[in-house]
Amino acid sequence: MADLRINFAGIQSPNPFWLASAPPTNSGAQIHRAFEAGWGGAVWKTIGAPVLNVSNRYGAWHYGRQRMLAINNVELISDRPLEINLREIAEVKRAWPDRAVIVSAMVEAKPEAWREIIERIEDTGADGIELNYGCPHGMSERGMGSAIGQVPEYCERITRWVMEAATIPVIVKLTPNITNIVLPARAGVAAGANALSLINTINSIVGVDLDTLELTPSIGGKGGHGGYAGPAIKPIALNMLAALGTDEIVSKSGLPISGMGGIATWQDAAQFLLLGASSLQVCTAAMHYGFRIVEDLCDGLSNWMDEKGFKTIADVSGHSLHRVSEFKDLDLSYRAVARIDTEKCIKCNLCYVACNDTAHQCIDLVSPQGALVQPHAYDVRSNGKQQAIETRPQPQVREEDCVGCRLCYNVCPVDDCIEMVELPSGRSGVTWSELSQNQTEVTEDWETMKAYRERVGIHIH
Amino acid sequence: MESASRDIATALAEQLPPLTPNAAAVEADRCLYCYDAPCTHACPTHIDIPRFIKKIASQNLRGSAETIFSSNLLGATCARVCPVQELCEGACVLGADHKPIAIGRLQRYTMDYARASQSYPTVKAAPTGRSIALIGAGPGGLSCAGQLALLGHSVTIFEKRNKPGGLSTYGIIALREPVEIALEETRMIESFGVQIKTGVEVGKDVSLAALQQDFDAVVLSVGLGRTPSLGIEGEETILDGLEFIEASKTGTVPLHIGRNVIVIGAGNTAVDCATIAKRFGAERVTMVYRRTEREMSCYEHEYDFARKEGIEFRFLTQPSRVLLDGELLFGLECLRVELGPPDASGRPAPIAVPGSEFALTADQIVKAIGQKKPALIDLLGLVTKKGFIAVDASFQTSIPGVYAIGDCIRSSGAASTVMAVEDGKLAAAAIHQQLVQQPAPVQVS
Repeated sequence: MADLRINFAGIQSPNPFWLASAPPTNSGAQIHRAFEAGWGGAVWKTIGAPVLNVSNRYGAWHYGRQRMLAINNVELISDRPLEINLREIAEVKRAWPDRAVIVSAMVEAKPEAWREIIERIEDTGADGIELNYGCPHGMSERGMGSAIGQVPEYCERITRWVMEAATIPVIVKLTPNITNIVLPARAGVAAGANALSLINTINSIVGVDLDTLELTPSIGGKGGHGGYAGPAIKPIALNMLAALGTDEIVSKSGLPISGMGGIATWQDAAQFLLLGASSLQVCTAAMHYGFRIVEDLCDGLSNWMDEKGFKTIADVSGHSLHRVSEFKDLDLSYRAVARIDTEKCIKCNLCYVACNDTAHQCIDLVSPQGALVQPHAYDVRSNGKQQAIETRPQPQVREEDCVGCRLCYNVCPVDDCIEMVELPSGRSGVTWSELSQNQTEVTEDWETMKAYRERVGIHIH
Repeated sequence: MESASRDIATALAEQLPPLTPNAAAVEADRCLYCYDAPCTHACPTHIDIPRFIKKIASQNLRGSAETIFSSNLLGATCARVCPVQELCEGACVLGADHKPIAIGRLQRYTMDYARASQSYPTVKAAPTGRSIALIGAGPGGLSCAGQLALLGHSVTIFEKRNKPGGLSTYGIIALREPVEIALEETRMIESFGVQIKTGVEVGKDVSLAALQQDFDAVVLSVGLGRTPSLGIEGEETILDGLEFIEASKTGTVPLHIGRNVIVIGAGNTAVDCATIAKRFGAERVTMVYRRTEREMSCYEHEYDFARKEGIEFRFLTQPSRVLLDGELLFGLECLRVELGPPDASGRPAPIAVPGSEFALTADQIVKAIGQKKPALIDLLGLVTKKGFIAVDASFQTSIPGVYAIGDCIRSSGAASTVMAVEDGKLAAAAIHQQLVQQPAPVQVS
């Protein structure tokens, strides 16, 4: 059985799953229950400057019947008195010595304020500190949170203040509300942080109520941008995680990365690990279904690791990073086409309409007699299940015209029905980088490009 | 009377409850939104089913209703009485390895909304000055009349019964379609300007010639006739199945239910009769049929339903005599049947075994063995096909300007409400086409 324990910048944890700094970690009582449920660690909801919260602080993005593909919030950092938080942190850590208790902090951008909060956190016996440079709402208006995270120089300066005071591991948490996530990460590296974590929530407005015409949620008739989190943001988080893992400065620094942003299942978790995370933080999924979800996060991850032969989390961490590439280094000669398994196909024609309307018009409808037919071709007097089923045409890919865009594969509602099949392109491998270096003209002039295409046999549809 | 109507309400309350908004939304979201969907092909009226379902999902119920009405004005009836297992739902791509979308119930959900909010089509066409008479206010006639009225024609329906709706009002068990649904649908058709004259029988109260004189076209949507005769001794004591259902629905005829009821026949109407008997308290209900379950003309789901109701079946059994003690009915004498080579219907011919008489006990017998051809066919001297009114591709009969639709022309395939509705729609288009091509008659003063 796989060993799920981690040692993250010196912070020990029986499994990689930590509750992220957020409402689930608002109090000692909650974290006690989370640890009872099996969470490996918890990042205490950010403590620091005094705040007051509002009602209707969470909005959500639902799609179809799926609730909370993402949640949006304008909740601030902990509104409970600092003393109570610090006391409960100490109690939790004493009660759960084997779990990771990390405290998220955010105070005014003054060295003495940071020094004081660091010292008070360390007095609790906590295992580490996470610097909240990400909170995109409310706190940022007061010069904290993402107001820091968005300016690499501020990140670096404050992290230096913290590193001077701290004796326990310090994690710099990054905001995704920035053009290039690598720059604040490098700032953290330069300031001597012990680890990085990402991503914090994304600026968002969840919607407008079509009855009241107010923003959703409405806070006394008004609303504004809040932090966006949950399954919908996972691909954004993975991209930013990979950006750090492939950045020379960040990766050479060896700083471990705690990954978060939409982790809801063990599959999500495995993907974060493969792209370089070595601890994982979860919030929205727990807010949706409760602390119990950690059981399958661990169980599923462990089973998958056994199946794949991974013994430890460290073995998995970063395993797929070498697969991350820039477009310019992709093989332009790689060719794949879509192929529909007629045994599995239920003939919903979603691939047909997607391809025909919005892609490359290379799926045909073929009648049971083998003739090409148009949609809606049946006689108006034809009806009944027998006629509908027996005359239903089969979508079929014209492979010679298929550019392998993979849209049909994505819209197909049947698992493993459409397969992207690799076919020999008949061309030797070449990347855009190589082309622009070796045949610069081709990459700069349409006429030369045309001649090149004809020479190597690239047909554009 | 009041207690009787309460009994009807409870014993024959609509079998399926309406979908809750949440259930409808969940089901609507399950729909894949197939392109050129097979459910739409399978629907005789070709309702754009994925479109109306996605409009339920997007909470655009008004648009959902418009989508249904644009193909089928009797969507409320069809949502309830259509054999969806054989039509739309039977063709659903999710049926193969999961479960088909509950299209019928979703359609009913939208149609219930349309009824509650009166979101009905309205006439936008300018008046054409043309007038059409329809004979029979059943589903086919209402569909045709409604379509013609929406095209701007002046439409009058002559209906011999006291209420419009045809089989929807009188002949379909209330647990599938309550009377009120059929009558509300009729009111919608009337809101398009269609006039319905009830209690007027063509051939008796008004002649076809008079209608031909007064209208630019005449449409026969007369359905079928009475239940045929079994030709057995004591048949006068046997109840007519359609009248039996009518009594259960309208409450206008007192409905007496026996304790031990035999229903002769194995079609959908026979199942309805047996169900009514059972629901109204018969201790034992037995359906008697000459052939076997393989040849039954009722839909498979109706047979399943009947069995779940606790209805018993006697197959290969042919009634030969009603057993009477004076006026008291005490049973049905039957003959054992063997199946022979296929007969004209294509099914094995039932051959009664001579001398195989046996008795089934019963205190009430109902027959539901199909319907005779309408008497109007002979009266008008119409050319027929297999006994049904013969029509051309535009639903015109052998008499120019006289059209026919619905069960009375159904010489092949199963007669059904939805087929009649589609006939009405297609005939309306054909009549419209023909009328707009003809120059308007010159008014001679």
